[in-house]
Amino acid sequence: MSLTNEQLERYSRHIILEQVGGKGQEKILSGKVLIIGTGGLGAPAAMYLAAAGVGTIGLVDFDVVDLSNLQRQIIHQTQDVGKAKVESGRETIAAMNPEVKVHTYNEQVTAANIQDIIRDQDYDFILDGTDNFPAKFLINDACVLLKKPFSHAGIIRFQGQTMTYVPGEGPCYRCVFKEPPPKDAVPTCRQAGVLGVMGGVLGTLQATEALKYILGAGQLLTGQLLTYDALTMAFRKVKLPANEDCAVCGKQPAITELFDYEPPTCKLRNTRVG
Amino acid sequence: MKVQVNGEELVIEKPVNIKEFLVLAKAEQPEYVTVQKNDAFVERSKFEETFVEEGDTIEFLYFMGGGSR
Ligand SMILES: [Zn+2]
Repeated sequence: MSLTNEQLERYSRHIILEQVGGKGQEKILSGKVLIIGTGGLGAPAAMYLAAAGVGTIGLVDFDVVDLSNLQRQIIHQTQDVGKAKVESGRETIAAMNPEVKVHTYNEQVTAANIQDIIRDQDYDFILDGTDNFPAKFLINDACVLLKKPFSHAGIIRFQGQTMTYVPGEGPCYRCVFKEPPPKDAVPTCRQAGVLGVMGGVLGTLQATEALKYILGAGQLLTGQLLTYDALTMAFRKVKLPANEDCAVCGKQPAITELFDYEPPTCKLRNTRVG
Repeated sequence: MKVQVNGEELVIEKPVNIKEFLVLAKAEQPEYVTVQKNDAFVERSKFEETFVEEGDTIEFLYFMGGGSR
């Protein structure tokens, strides 16, 4: 693949970077990133990855745009209220960078479909932008079992956290957080609120990790949990040891196939969290 | 006796076990927090037998969902 004149101009600020260059931009253009959840985290991540020229972007979401989403889910516009989030996301990306191929999955990830979704385009990197723990653990387990790298992130109120899993290079999400807390035990954004910009900060960090992974540049957040407190403007990195006893990535894993913590349902909207 | 909790110094009078320390250090939702002592995870089943002593570094790692809706 060689870059066209238009691409040379569009991506000129990337290409001038020592760690990117023409070769790196070509890697980005052939990169494939799956974004699960097009909300507070996934919206800014998808936009930056599309702008960066990531060639294939998968969007997974089963929800429709709600007026209360617009305070932070910047890929969706006022006129999109009521529209499927993946469709709204596709339109925003198309307007921003028409050369990005967008694959949409208008469904909830479950043990039954997540492997097929990841395999659909053989995605290089997965970005967890979901709002609930059953989904976060499912994404973790699927990525461990399929040996796919992924970025975890969570946000609440004025706080956020993120870590990156790369197979064989450090702990997974389950190494740190063994299993989901009981339903409704840990407050969600819907219950506790979240400053809209938190998704921008954490989602953009996730997009940064995806790009670094594709480029092979710098050090990823493997074996580290980055936490961010917007009230004190403090970023901290906590070292995470690998956990040999981890139920999915440990030496003798108890989890060898995927399962759902909550029965999947299409009517989650009445009981939804996040 | 000084210990570090999530990067901040905390002074405690005497060594206490993790279960007591969670209260002293005002951990949020102590029943769900992941605890690290000096870069190693402490199993929840070992909270009572594991003590926090002078110079220890403790991290509380919290569940954070958020994101999609
Ligand atoms: Zn693990």
